[in-house]
Amino acid sequence: MAHISASVYTSHVPAIGAALDLGKSHEAYWEPVFKGYEFAKQWEKEQKPDVVFLVFNDHATAFSLEMIPTFAIGTAAEYTPADEGWGPRPVPKVIGHPKLAAHIAQSVIQDDFDLTIVNRMDVDHGLTVPLSLVFGQVDAWPCPIIPFAVNVVQYPVPSGRRCFMLGKAIRKAIETFDEPLNVQIWGTGGMSHQLQGPRAGLINREWDNAFLDRLIDDPDALSRLPHIDYVREAGSEGIELVMWLIARGAMNDTDGGKKPTVRHRFYHVPASNTAVGHLILENN
Amino acid sequence: MSLDKPYMDVPGTTIFDADKSREGYHLNQFCMSLMKAENRTRFKAGERAYLDEWPMSEEQKQAVLDRDLNRCIQLGGNIYFLAKIGATDGKSFQQMAGSMTGMSEEAYRDMMVKGGRSIEGNRYTGEKK
Repeated sequence: MAHISASVYTSHVPAIGAALDLGKSHEAYWEPVFKGYEFAKQWEKEQKPDVVFLVFNDHATAFSLEMIPTFAIGTAAEYTPADEGWGPRPVPKVIGHPKLAAHIAQSVIQDDFDLTIVNRMDVDHGLTVPLSLVFGQVDAWPCPIIPFAVNVVQYPVPSGRRCFMLGKAIRKAIETFDEPLNVQIWGTGGMSHQLQGPRAGLINREWDNAFLDRLIDDPDALSRLPHIDYVREAGSEGIELVMWLIARGAMNDTDGGKKPTVRHRFYHVPASNTAVGHLILENN
Repeated sequence: MSLDKPYMDVPGTTIFDADKSREGYHLNQFCMSLMKAENRTRFKAGERAYLDEWPMSEEQKQAVLDRDLNRCIQLGGNIYFLAKIGATDGKSFQQMAGSMTGMSEEAYRDMMVKGGRSIEGNRYTGEKK
């Protein structure tokens, strides 16, 4: 049977992608950011996941205002990196895992989460920047990816609680898949940032670190945090952090299992307008 | 009965909710059209004429022509859509975000390097700093 071995959490700032693609990663501004991901790159080489289930958000790229799915699972064979207006990132094509994705869709929808199924979607920096940070600059991504898009652009976005419960349903689905796959689940976006209005540039270091503490130790309570707390304390775009709760909900301890081990924790301000957070939790 | 919108008292912040989205539909879809290179070229060749192809309000068109992002947001624009205008103009996300704060590009960048805008005094409208 398939199993979830670990969850990985990371911010996805577009400027990080640009810094990598333009060869700026050794500049003094960027070096501390990339240093925070050296552990992950080495760790992934040892972990050799068979599939990554990647929770991310689209930024008005694949989804305009014509259609706004709250939760969308990619069941396609492959996905092309999108042109977001600056030209597509020079990164490998994303190869999907249609068989596992279809299985998860079937299971999770029957578990009362009404997913939208997507068979054609270009993927933007929300998906490709986490891949670059964690896998590095490679000719091909080391494993298939299942993109799982969450609407965090138009309010109301799904609640933290809904995301956490969805994570549990995703775990159940993965564990009933009849192949011995090592699956990782990633939660991406955040941490505190605001990109709009006179309050743009907001960062809340204390709140972010408390979020990381609670995500590790008491995700059930954290999942009950209302939207307004994210908006007020972590900025209008800090709401992306609800996506981390999907990955956290899929860990064993949310269903009577053992607590995960914290393998790596990193926090840095700034990357462009944003606080960068990164965490690796291994299942026990 | 009106809906609960607890985010109305967050200073300097407009939440892009379903009402705003309805108001800004054509403005945001115009921005979306700039994802295509040929549309960027046509827009740059004649901004007013290109905008007139869209059923946007006069205020929305003027805000785009003025590159007044705060005004665009007031009129239903969303930052991820408005970013397509910035990309067309060759602006970075940091330049766009900074342009809404009344700070110079350099001052905004310095503020970010020093840890960003503090949350203290920035939680509620009218709060003392």
